[in-house]
Amino acid sequence: MGLEFDANKPIYLQLIHRISSEIVRGDKREGEKLPSVREYAVEVGVNTNTISRVYRELELLQIVTTKRGQGTFVTEDVNRLTRLREEMKQEQIKQFIMDMQEMGFSINEMLEGIMNNGSEGQ
Amino acid sequence: MIQLTNVTKRYLATKAIRQCTLSMDSGKVIGIIGENGSGKTTLLKLLSGLLKPSKGIVEIDNVVVDRRIANKLAFLTDSEYFFPYLSVMELIEFYNSQFDDFDKEKAVEMAKFMNLNVEQKIKYLSKGNKSRVKIVVTLSRNAPYVVLDEPFSGLDPMVRKAIINGIIKFINMPEQTLIITTHEIKEVEPILDEVVVLRKGKIIAHETVDNVREVNKMDVVDWMEQLYSKENMSVS
Repeated sequence: MGLEFDANKPIYLQLIHRISSEIVRGDKREGEKLPSVREYAVEVGVNTNTISRVYRELELLQIVTTKRGQGTFVTEDVNRLTRLREEMKQEQIKQFIMDMQEMGFSINEMLEGIMNNGSEGQ
Repeated sequence: MIQLTNVTKRYLATKAIRQCTLSMDSGKVIGIIGENGSGKTTLLKLLSGLLKPSKGIVEIDNVVVDRRIANKLAFLTDSEYFFPYLSVMELIEFYNSQFDDFDKEKAVEMAKFMNLNVEQKIKYLSKGNKSRVKIVVTLSRNAPYVVLDEPFSGLDPMVRKAIINGIIKFINMPEQTLIITTHEIKEVEPILDEVVVLRKGKIIAHETVDNVREVNKMDVVDWMEQLYSKENMSVS
């Protein structure tokens, strides 16, 4: 096992993003238990210090909660998860706009492209 | 904590380690990297009390290192001669009799995890399986410090992967500190917290892997190449 990681970003940030995506997609539901630090470390192929940090940062972001002696769980706060979904959307859109502007596309061209692609995709 | 202060190690006329000062915190996985002959193995042997510094001081937990450090430091040997007449289980029993901190249950579990047949004699094992056995007996000590010198050299990708997985599964953080030298940087990087870069016996960098990636927007291999080319230019 083990994941491939991007070279230009800290691994712990990539794992925070990965877990957040799984939650937004619904692969991990509110209140669901996350794997133990060691299990998840073996699964993704990083050391346990890194996973501890990932869980700690997710807890600071109030996306997960740690219950003493029981483990780490996705928050049951649905409002927080709705906000997370919005945050991840904004983050992706900002990145997309930045990349497109770098190549010289206008917002109107982007919108037109999205609409055309969107209708093809349905 | 491991502390080197102004350490130099000389072999006859050549200096293998020059004026090194380095602190390594406990509870981390630390990679020592650098080209061949940069002093990686000498540095590990100084930490393990197998060599004495020509100058300077090596301390672990505020005590000057000598051979007695073996009580709290497990060192993975790369020696070819390794108890050929014992079976894997007999070797585990032998280690169990030699080290107070040896965890026999963990050793048996790890041998199983590594797909080893514990009844087999060591002399009949393949190179890959012999390496697995060495890892098993080294990591089965609940020693505060574990030192692995080139654990992957000459091994195929499957064995390398099995050893990395064994490290993730069986090292106890933050109770243990793992120090590892390797050329297989890309494969090992995901399990490292920090890297120390050596060049011609000198420490040219000591960074957390997160910082390397965050600040330089590159992985450890590219960063090391960049450091080396800068150093090479400033020399010429």
